[in-house]
Amino acid sequence: MTRTTFLPAFHISVVSGRLAVRQALAELLDGLKPLALDVEEAGTVELVMAEALNNIVEHAYPETDAAGAIDITCAHHADGLHLTVIDSGRAMPDGQTPVGTAADIEVDLCDMPEGGFGWFLIKDLAKDVTYKRHDAQNRLRLRLAVALA
Amino acid sequence: MDLRSRSQDSLQVVSVHDSRIDAAVAIEFKEAMRTATDNENDTVVLDLSEVQFIDSSGLGAIVAAMKQMGQSRKLALAGLTPTVEKVFRLTRMDSVFPVFATLDGALTELKH
Repeated sequence: MTRTTFLPAFHISVVSGRLAVRQALAELLDGLKPLALDVEEAGTVELVMAEALNNIVEHAYPETDAAGAIDITCAHHADGLHLTVIDSGRAMPDGQTPVGTAADIEVDLCDMPEGGFGWFLIKDLAKDVTYKRHDAQNRLRLRLAVALA
Repeated sequence: MDLRSRSQDSLQVVSVHDSRIDAAVAIEFKEAMRTATDNENDTVVLDLSEVQFIDSSGLGAIVAAMKQMGQSRKLALAGLTPTVEKVFRLTRMDSVFPVFATLDGALTELKH
């Protein structure tokens, strides 16, 4: 079946905090309901966006700083979902996203990594990941190749 | 975080009665696992069949739970739903834990 209609772009805005990511993901998946994504596609969307948003809550707006807005735009095109996430928190170190290499798991139990999986998952599952710092805002864009035409 | 623990066939089964193990509950999950596995059981089966979503923080908390059990004990995972399975597969953590499609399958395989 060729998809001829696309979901209109929509926006989500949440304030950083412990449950901000859950709230944003619930609203995002709710907004995507008309696309009837299968469990694989919905899982990809939820996972990539969870990691992107967790990073913002943890690093852009750390607990010692004031809470701030996280704005998400989701646009649907023939090549998938184009997501933009904007926050006004701290910049990424070195002005770029982490490389996101796979964690080394060929190690002893005591050295087994408990973190460092987030950017690996984002870069493994998302396409065209770009990050820009502009006007004291972080702007992360990425594409998810789901709900293709 | 609602974890329920029971003994079955000389194994300890810890079932997660929550739909998400994510950044919001990762520390709570790790502490609940510490309490649940603070015993002499060699093998603990973590029943994830009710968990629909896990993120990298949740994954890290499960790794931490395995590490705090110590070298001589085993943490097996059972009942992975599709997105949970995806996270373990992509990070290759499915090669670190014994993974079983169902709790029954884990019990059959692991009981002494």
